[in-house]
Amino acid sequence: MDNKTSSPYTQYLLQAEPNFFNPDNLKPGEMLINMGPQHPSTHGVLRLEVITDGEIVTDVVPHVGYMHRCFEKHAETRAYNLTIPYVDRLDYLAAMNSEHVWAMGVEKMLGLDGKLPKRVEYIRVLVSELNRIASHFIAIGTYALDIGAFTPFLWMLRDREHIQRLLEWISGARLLYNYIWVGGLYYDLPVGFEERCREFINYLQPKLDELDTILLENKIFIDRTANVGILPLPVAINYGCSGPMLRGSGLKYDLRRVDGYSVYPEIEFDIPVGQGTMGTIGDCWDRNYVRAAECRESVKIIAQCLDQLQGAYKRTPDFDPQAMCPKKIRPKEQDLYFRAETPRGELGFFFRATGKSDVPFRCHGRSPCFSNLSVLHEIAKGSMIADMIAIVGSVDIVLGELDR
Amino acid sequence: MSFEEIKALISNKFGPEIILSENAQAPQPFLVIQTERIAEVCQELFSNPLTYFDFLSCLTGLDNGPEAGNLEVIYHLYSIPYDHHLVVKVITERNTPTGDLPMVPTVTGIWRTADWHEREAYDLIGINFSGHPDLRRILCVADWEGHPLRRDYEWPEYYHGIKVRYDQHNEVNGFKGENQIS
Repeated sequence: MDNKTSSPYTQYLLQAEPNFFNPDNLKPGEMLINMGPQHPSTHGVLRLEVITDGEIVTDVVPHVGYMHRCFEKHAETRAYNLTIPYVDRLDYLAAMNSEHVWAMGVEKMLGLDGKLPKRVEYIRVLVSELNRIASHFIAIGTYALDIGAFTPFLWMLRDREHIQRLLEWISGARLLYNYIWVGGLYYDLPVGFEERCREFINYLQPKLDELDTILLENKIFIDRTANVGILPLPVAINYGCSGPMLRGSGLKYDLRRVDGYSVYPEIEFDIPVGQGTMGTIGDCWDRNYVRAAECRESVKIIAQCLDQLQGAYKRTPDFDPQAMCPKKIRPKEQDLYFRAETPRGELGFFFRATGKSDVPFRCHGRSPCFSNLSVLHEIAKGSMIADMIAIVGSVDIVLGELDR
Repeated sequence: MSFEEIKALISNKFGPEIILSENAQAPQPFLVIQTERIAEVCQELFSNPLTYFDFLSCLTGLDNGPEAGNLEVIYHLYSIPYDHHLVVKVITERNTPTGDLPMVPTVTGIWRTADWHEREAYDLIGINFSGHPDLRRILCVADWEGHPLRRDYEWPEYYHGIKVRYDQHNEVNGFKGENQIS
């Protein structure tokens, strides 16, 4: 852009987020292309500065922070329980999972971990896994949309709608729930929920088979994603990737198993990993395969939770999910980093409590998307521009969480 | 490896003076390392086959405020094959005597994920990671002034003609806010 002829506002914009590369220093034949922040394939407000040589991407620099909302500053001015609505708004596609991490972290500081009623724990896992399926459906659906398949997107959203309605029935909200509280839950499951949820998972299982047929085994999809954006395992670990990114590269690493928090040790499920079925281990297809396979595992987990919620820990008239909620949350003086598995990977919260205040002295969020996106330039270099869209989509970023 | 073993390993390799303090009783035991040698220690923890901390979970910058007069950088390390954790801290002054940002050696060469985490700590807390390949602001805009998560940070009134603070809005409307928590 020519600085001399542009308006003052354009100049402000250039000052605010200047290009990393200087167009004057490019090699002959290279071109600087700006993608985003409003490009639909960037899944929010991500700006990519791409250097291309013809159709080949030679370098890419992500510019993030367009949705920075000072989450950490907010968290340092409010009591722990008042921050939960803010935590919802980090990863707005998987709010239950984020709430669960936050609540468990604060409970650990208070020494409440392992003391909650089992019914509360099973409900938490149930809603988290429902939300995990919803989140993966968005990830796979919009990914298919990115690379040109329209039908799977509509099918995924149709099935996700059922989950949203179930969660709305529980909490009153479709996306940002504020349902999991520190020390308990907002409310018990509504009467009849267990039966309705079981109907839903029976409905969902054939739909997951359909998903395999229409998308994952589709020849065009395989051609677009297999052997594209290969992320080798050592690179993934070194860049701090987690979640389906890391498992897609072939490592069986899931914090639900590794750390075994909540009631996950009592539940049977597998950890799907990328095996290079259609191409090389760690390509875009593997990452999507892992997400789709995780949906099946989540269905298994939900079924086991429902068994427990209708069996050993079934509804009683005197059950109060808020019984353990502390009236005043004032942890002892300590530092604590608590991490858990969300649909995108390791979400962690670092707290420093002073022991004299109800608000954290410092709260830091470790976002999985943040680390996952930082590996982009490693895997996008040397690919085609159209493949780069496929690679960015396969990282599955949520900018609300990335920018915090 | 247990915390004591890791501590012994570090003090054998670099000398006991490198560990400034420790807390083994904390829920997550931590070591405080000399600031200028943090990169060496991290390199050793990363490459030693006994510890092999291959995963940098989190890197946190923290400002203790003008009274305490120091900043901290907290490294949460994790080893995937051994499944053990370690917390390493560095404590540095808030500003150098000349008024510049404090320097902490970068660990980007060991864990590439530290690249963005250190940029974030630089952006929000104001820590200069020496040797970092590309230390730019990441979350705030490039021409933002100051480091917002410092305790003595003062919000600017305007940013390019855009009003920044909207606190008065609450006072005008009689909204007390949720901030009245001790």
